[in-house]
Order: sequence, then structure tokens, then C-alpha cells
Amino acid sequence: MRTGPARIALWAFSALVGLWLIAPTLVVIPLSFTDKASLVFPPSGWSTRWYANFFSDPRWLDALFSSLQVGALVAVVATVLGTAAAIALTRSGSRWVKGSYGLLLAPMIVPTVVVAIGVYALFLQYNLLGTLLGFVTAHTVLALPFVIIPVTASLRGFDRRLEDAALICGATRWGAIRQVTLPQIAPGVVSGALFAFVTSFDEVVVSLFIQSPYLQTLPVKMFASVTRDTDPTIAAAATLIIVFTTVLVLAATFTTARRNRVR
Amino acid sequence: MSAETSLIKARGARIELAQVRKEYADSVAVDDVSLVIEPGEFMTLLGPSGSGKTTTLNIIAGFTAATSGTLTVGGKQMQDLPPHRRDIGMVFQHYALFPHMTVAENVAFPLKQRKVPKARRAEMVEAALETVRLGGYGHRRPRELSGGQQQRVALARAVVYEPSVLLMDEPLGALDKKLRESLQLEIKRVHQEVGSTFVFVTHDQEEALVLSDRIAVFNDGGIQQVGTASELYEKPRSLFVAEFLGESSTVRGRVEPDGDGSCLRVGDRTVRVAGRLPEGSAAAVVVRPEHLRAQPAAEPVAPGANALPARVTQEIYLGSGRKLELALPDGTVLLAREQADRLSGVRHGDEVTVVWDVERGVLLDDPSGTTHPPVSGDRTPVAAAEKSGR
Ligand SMILES: Nc1ncnc2c1ncn2[C@@H]1O[C@H](COP(=O)(O)OP(=O)(O)OP(=O)(O)O)[C@@H](O)[C@H]1O
Ligand SMILES: [Mg+2]
Repeated sequence: MRTGPARIALWAFSALVGLWLIAPTLVVIPLSFTDKASLVFPPSGWSTRWYANFFSDPRWLDALFSSLQVGALVAVVATVLGTAAAIALTRSGSRWVKGSYGLLLAPMIVPTVVVAIGVYALFLQYNLLGTLLGFVTAHTVLALPFVIIPVTASLRGFDRRLEDAALICGATRWGAIRQVTLPQIAPGVVSGALFAFVTSFDEVVVSLFIQSPYLQTLPVKMFASVTRDTDPTIAAAATLIIVFTTVLVLAATFTTARRNRVR
Repeated sequence: MSAETSLIKARGARIELAQVRKEYADSVAVDDVSLVIEPGEFMTLLGPSGSGKTTTLNIIAGFTAATSGTLTVGGKQMQDLPPHRRDIGMVFQHYALFPHMTVAENVAFPLKQRKVPKARRAEMVEAALETVRLGGYGHRRPRELSGGQQQRVALARAVVYEPSVLLMDEPLGALDKKLRESLQLEIKRVHQEVGSTFVFVTHDQEEALVLSDRIAVFNDGGIQQVGTASELYEKPRSLFVAEFLGESSTVRGRVEPDGDGSCLRVGDRTVRVAGRLPEGSAAAVVVRPEHLRAQPAAEPVAPGANALPARVTQEIYLGSGRKLELALPDGTVLLAREQADRLSGVRHGDEVTVVWDVERGVLLDDPSGTTHPPVSGDRTPVAAAEKSGR
């Protein structure tokens, strides 16, 4: 292994880039433990009063509950649809079906605000603004690519002959998928489900457009709060989101890594 | 194995392929194949790479739909029946065991699909594992087994539900020679025990000879000839079959215009043959090495024998005898095999006369000879197969 100035410089540079990427996130955590009623960094004293505030204020709790509910439903719907789509995409020889892969990933590339305006216009017409169904539908569109990508990757490493073997053994097509294909691609499906949940859980732009005073997700509530009152409760909420999503993303990454090791 | 769980079964099903054809966008994989496989028969599809063996097997299994033609198994039309309703078992080249299941779960899988009660299932799994001599391995994962053991599990999984037909696509292709030979015997024994119709794909002619009741020789998507090993070896109907199966010596020439269609002009010599072909057509005489003799050039030729001048270019000792490579003046190399107790005195480098009895030569049409002059040089069976396979 080589050591020397070049190597040390590379390390230092990488560390700096890393710090630059996570610094804004890390600033929020001390802010949430401040004892002052304003977002001043660095805090002059410490307290957990903003967490107490968060968990005693029904408006914050409602928003948290809405986010969890929408996120869980999106995880289920997007995982089922995304897995089915990924299986169809890898199976079909049709050029049209193959082309629709790009279409399904489009929500990842199209600017979210464009999607948001489109969704707003549609939802306005069909009375879906501020409804649970509206949130789940809109977030599912955004979450689909995050399911399709890992499931497709898992399917690429899956030996189609296993499915043929299951069929000739007497399994129906669905039976073969359920008993052989799905257990084999489970890590990809699980990681897709976690990413779908996280995508919904921290979605702001589309949510801002389709929210109503009766149904707000946590990020929407935070956005409203930061523009009205600069109360450090928002930092407490942000810290909770950070911890929650970090755990989920690590879990997703871990399931993928473990699958790769098993191979 | 206890008597009531043994896998002995009455009969396999009869398989009939009629004018089966499979086209892909840019090629014809199977071209007008008609073949009848008798109930309980061990049929091998033999042929070079790309000759359509796998495609034919996949059509029988139902993984591939034929472009045209009909397929019946046990008298039933198969066209619209999906694979899982065909009562067919299959062993794949790369085992295709389910990695997330134990060996016992793998073998139980087909029984589970057929809703066999759990207790009965366990009995049948154990019996099937006994059949392939893997009793007691049920709790292992496939990846904890050697390649040969994995393939035996795959065999157990394919026979456990007593399908009337068992398909195998180069099941021994991934194994080394020694293991392959022992598994060949195993497969033959299982075939006799279960009595299903076996259709076995290979491009290894020795394997085909060891295992099969009959062999269908494939080339270029079509069947060249169907027959028992000895029929194919002794009465090949085409040059391709003659050269693909076993060792052979081929002498190419043209049918003499003035003869009665049974004399062949080879260079400046004439060779007599037992068969008959149109005058002037390109033809070849194929003689098996055990029927060719090399004798000193000075020795007189016995009546009723063909003779060509040659030189011994190679002498190979085989233990049981020896093999001679004999080059004709035009460069064609012939093989002669001599038993240890009947060695001729000729040596490497000697000028000799190659002799064979007229009735030992098989006269065949030479498709390459219509456009080319007689091919010279070394023609091993493999080289010949590849050439024709194109
Ligand atoms: N899905 C496909 N699309 C296009 N062509 C195909 C397809 N499958 C097979 N072929 C072609 O059909 C021909 C026969 O293929 P097949 O797999 O049946 O050969 P094979 O006799 O099994 O050869 P091998 O001994 O190499 O397995 C080949 O030329 C192959 O390229
Ligand atoms: Mg093949």
C-alpha cells in the first residue's frame, strides 16, 4: 500500500467534501437542543424543551402521524406496483415495454415542481387536494423509481432457469414467482420498500401543492412553521426526521449489501 | 427403499413431433423436425452446437412455442398446454436448484404443487433421494453440495413425481469426465427404475452411445438420421452422421460415368463400392478404422478388396492395439486400427497399400464435393462436424 503526501491530501480532500455535504444537517441537531426560543447557532445553553413541545403539540403530532400513515401506504402500494413492473420489464421482449422503463423512471428526472403543478391541476379537478388518497397517489408516482431500480437490479442477477424449473415442476406462473422468484429478489424488494417510505416521508414540493389545513405531512408543517414562527421545535422535528430516515436508508443499504455478499 | 414408496412406474408416454419448425427473426432454429419417441424409450438428441437440440427440447417442455408443426405427448395435443400442466420433468445443465430451499424442500417442491399430503411427501422425497444415492442429505442447502451431488438432487426432483416424460439438456455438461461417467450409469439405472420416456440432449457422441436406446442426430436444425447406436455406426445415411459418430476414414471421389454407378474415381485410381449413386455425382466412401488394413506395398492385394497407395504418417499405440494414420497422395488422411494380436509389420514412414473389403465401404453422397474438389488434409470428426454445422 502506498502512503505519502498525495495519499494524505486525498484523504483530507475527501473528508472536507464529506463535511461539506453533511454540515447543514449536523447543524440542525445542536439547534434542536437550544434553551433559547430562537434559531441561533451555536446555542448558548442546552435543553430538551423543544422535543417536549413537539410531542405535546397536537398539530405537530397530527403532521407526524399523517406522514407515517402516508409513508406506510406508499411503501406498500409502490412496492407492489414497482415489483410487478420490474418483473414485466425484465421479462418482456417487446420494444414498447422496454421503452416504458424510461417512462417509469421519469419522476426522478422531471423537476418535482413540474410534477407538482400537474398533480395540482389534476387533483383540483377531481377533488383530491388534501385527501389521504391524493397524497398516497402522488407520492407513489415519485416513489416508483426507487422500487423499480433495486428490484430490476435483483432480477438481473436472478437465473430465469429457476423459474422454468419451477414451472416444469408443476407450479403456475404466479406460483413460480411467489415461491421462487420473490424469495430470491427479496433484498431488492425490501430495500425498494424502505426507499419508497423515505421518499414519501421527506417529500415537500408536491405535498405543499396538494396539502390542505386538514391534512398536512410533517415536512409541510415544518415549512409552514419556518415561514411563520422561527421556533426551534422545527429543529427538533428535523432531527427526528434525520434519525428516522438515516436508520431506514442504512437498513436498505444493509439488505442490499448482504444480498451481494451471499452471492 | 421400501416397496410402497419405490418409483417403479408402468410406462412412459409416447412423444410425437410432426413437421415441427421454429423460426427466429433472423434464423431457423428447428427446421421441419419429425420424430416419434416410443413409451419408455431413452432417446438422445445428438448434434453439434447450434443444431437445434435445446430448442427442440424446449418445445417439448413448453418453454418455447413452435412456429408450426404439431406435438403430442401420450396422444394429447400439447400446443396450448402450459409447461406446468404437461406432466414432464426436466433436468437442466446448470442444475437450477432453488438456492433458498434445502435439498428436501427442492425435491418436495413438485409434490407440494400437486398438493400431495405432507406425510406422504416426506416419504416420497426420501425415496427419491435414495434412488439417486443421496439419502440423508435432505437438510443441506444446494450450495453445500458438489456439482455431481447437485445434479443428482435435480434428477431426484425431476423423477419424484413420476412424470411420464423426463427431459435432460446436457445435464452432465458442467461436470468432469470421471464424474460424468459415473452419473451416466446412474441415469441409465434411474431410467430403468422409473420407466419414463427419457429425452436426453448432448453433443458428446460417447455419452450418446453409452446411454441411448436410439439416437437422433441433429445438424443445422434438422434431423439427419434416427437409429440405434449400431445402425448409425454401421449404416450411416449421410457423410455428416458417418463422421460425427465414432472414428471414420473418408475417401472422396466422383462416380464413374462408365461403370454401373458403383465405381468411384479417386485421383487416378478406381474404388469399387457396394452401393449405387447417379453417374458423375460427387461421392465419398466411408470405412471404419477397424476395417482398414495397411500392408506392405509389395504384397499382392486379395481379390474383392479395394487398394490405394499411402504412406504411414503416424503410429499410435493404444495398449489394445495400435492406430495408424495413413496419408493418400492427395493428402487425405485415413485411420486404420489394428488389434494387438493381428499387427501388420508396417512402420512409420513406410510406403504401404491401404486395403478394405468392398462391402465394408459405405457409399455416401458428398454434399461438399459438388462445389469443391476433394478436400485434403486432416479431417477429425470434430472438425468435420463444425464445418457442416455452419
Ligand atoms: N431466443 C433465440 N433467438 C434467436 N435465435 C435463437 C434463440 N434461441 C436459439 N436460437 C438459435 O437457434 C439455433 C439453435 O439453437 P439451440 O440452442 O437449439 O442449439 P443447441 O443444439 O442446443 O446447441 P448447443 O449444443 O450449443 O446447446 C442457434 O443457431 C441459435 O443461435
Ligand atoms: Mg443447447
